[in-house]
Amino acid sequence: MSDLRDLYQEVIFDHYKRPRNRHALEHASHEAEGHNPLCGDNVKVYLEVEDGVIRDVGFEGGGCAIATASASLMTEALKGRRVDEVEHLFDGFHDMVTGHATPADGELGKLEVLGGVREFPARVKCATLAWHTLRAALDQRHGRVSTE
Amino acid sequence: MKIEREVVGTPAGIPFDAASLRLDFPILRERVNGKPLVYLDNGATTQKPEAVIEALADYYRHDNANVHRGVHALSQRATDRYEAARGAVQRFLNAESSREIVFVRGTTEAINLVAQSFARPRLGPDDDIVISAMEHHSNIVPWQLVCAATGASLRVVPVDDAGEFSFEAFEKLVGPRTRLVAVTHVSNAIGTVLPLQRIVALARERKVPVLVDGAQAVSHLPVDVRALDCDFYAFSGHKVFGPTGIGALYAKARHLEAMPPWQGGGDMIRTVTFGKTDFADIPARFEAGTPNIAGAIGLAAALDYVERAGRPAIAAWEHELLAYATERLAAIPGLRIYGTAREKAAILSFTLDGMHPHDVGTILDAGGIAIRAGHHCAMPLMQRYGIPGTARASFALYNTREDVDALAAGIDEARRLFA
Repeated sequence: MSDLRDLYQEVIFDHYKRPRNRHALEHASHEAEGHNPLCGDNVKVYLEVEDGVIRDVGFEGGGCAIATASASLMTEALKGRRVDEVEHLFDGFHDMVTGHATPADGELGKLEVLGGVREFPARVKCATLAWHTLRAALDQRHGRVSTE
Repeated sequence: MKIEREVVGTPAGIPFDAASLRLDFPILRERVNGKPLVYLDNGATTQKPEAVIEALADYYRHDNANVHRGVHALSQRATDRYEAARGAVQRFLNAESSREIVFVRGTTEAINLVAQSFARPRLGPDDDIVISAMEHHSNIVPWQLVCAATGASLRVVPVDDAGEFSFEAFEKLVGPRTRLVAVTHVSNAIGTVLPLQRIVALARERKVPVLVDGAQAVSHLPVDVRALDCDFYAFSGHKVFGPTGIGALYAKARHLEAMPPWQGGGDMIRTVTFGKTDFADIPARFEAGTPNIAGAIGLAAALDYVERAGRPAIAAWEHELLAYATERLAAIPGLRIYGTAREKAAILSFTLDGMHPHDVGTILDAGGIAIRAGHHCAMPLMQRYGIPGTARASFALYNTREDVDALAAGIDEARRLFA
């Protein structure tokens, strides 16, 4: 197994200790709640979408360092993105953390700090919880999504 | 009412050599992430001694056949060994008769059997079942299912901050319409040993039967169902050094005699016609289909192993380990122990300030140390303490002080990383 430092990079600690956009959005056009039954963690994702563009995004909840930092980093990566780009970003992120594919240079930007997760299969669900919740919010699915 | 304390400890001076018992468990020689394995997830499942692994292989190599039906030699041998395993469980629990031992897949199946076959026909809309706030989901959900089917309700005995069962509340909750008390012997999440003698004595006074979930107790404490006088006692083989997929339900014979079969099929009948089926006697009536023969034989080997190590000696050793681990961990800044009951089995649940249990688990694993992180299938108990989960170190007879030292060092490492 890789060094723990590959998983717990400084950027991850930074976003764990000082999560960005950790708040509800008053005028959210989309929202969803995600749950990881394995550890009991919950995350809620809020989006404000206008003309197909994500104007604002926030989240509540979280859990471990990986889940919280991933949600925080995700919100940063989403602001100003077009909704139709999200699926591609989701796939790229998912492939990276599961080790299915290496992201093209710079494609995932700062999200690449979570690449170390691929060496820790038990933690993939922590890293993807917010992302699954994001997808549920955009699909306007009701109820909670689950990583199980 | 006569109140007896449960015997957990033992007379001092019983020789017990965990370090040499370790050698009986081949997996403990494994290296994980380049480090010697420190296995502290015994609450989830225990490791298997060579004697159990060998018993399984030996059965498949020499005796494998179906039970209770063949006239040929192998079938007879398999049947003899399977029924001898039932006898081993009977002696292990000190049941009066092997007819009172039903082989099941594990504790969960045992509880579901009692819920569906014993409780359900006896329950009506105004009735209730009393459980504790410390139950594993497997001693909650089966009762919720029968309550939903019958309109009965579930009453929950609260737990205090230290993790003690509230006997006062229990006395009030057991009412005239209580049809069953179902409690754990040992809390899997926080280690509390429940005051079973008192619980059963009160239930007896009020003529309420008692089921005990023994999953976490059997590897740690002596269990005597006759002294305890409980009606049902359930446990899983894999938590007491045996194989997965096998467990046992002890039930007083008069209950089993009165209970309808739960599952139908082969092996549980006497005669079948399309008009009518006569069921087999107990316990076969509750063992439809080909049973887990190898599992039962492996379980018997495991119980034999435990008996030879000596349960009072195991309990005393683990008591010492728990005291040592509690002392070491309590000295770590920012570490909070959940479950400080007066009587505990060797289970230590804790949280660390500013760290999620999952992160603690990952960091310890990188050091070869296996613990459990999460809600321990006891979500209501975690809600009681207002936490998503804990990190849990759970010990077994083969753990040593060195394992505790490795755990403490691993926690220090985690704290440094998160500092």
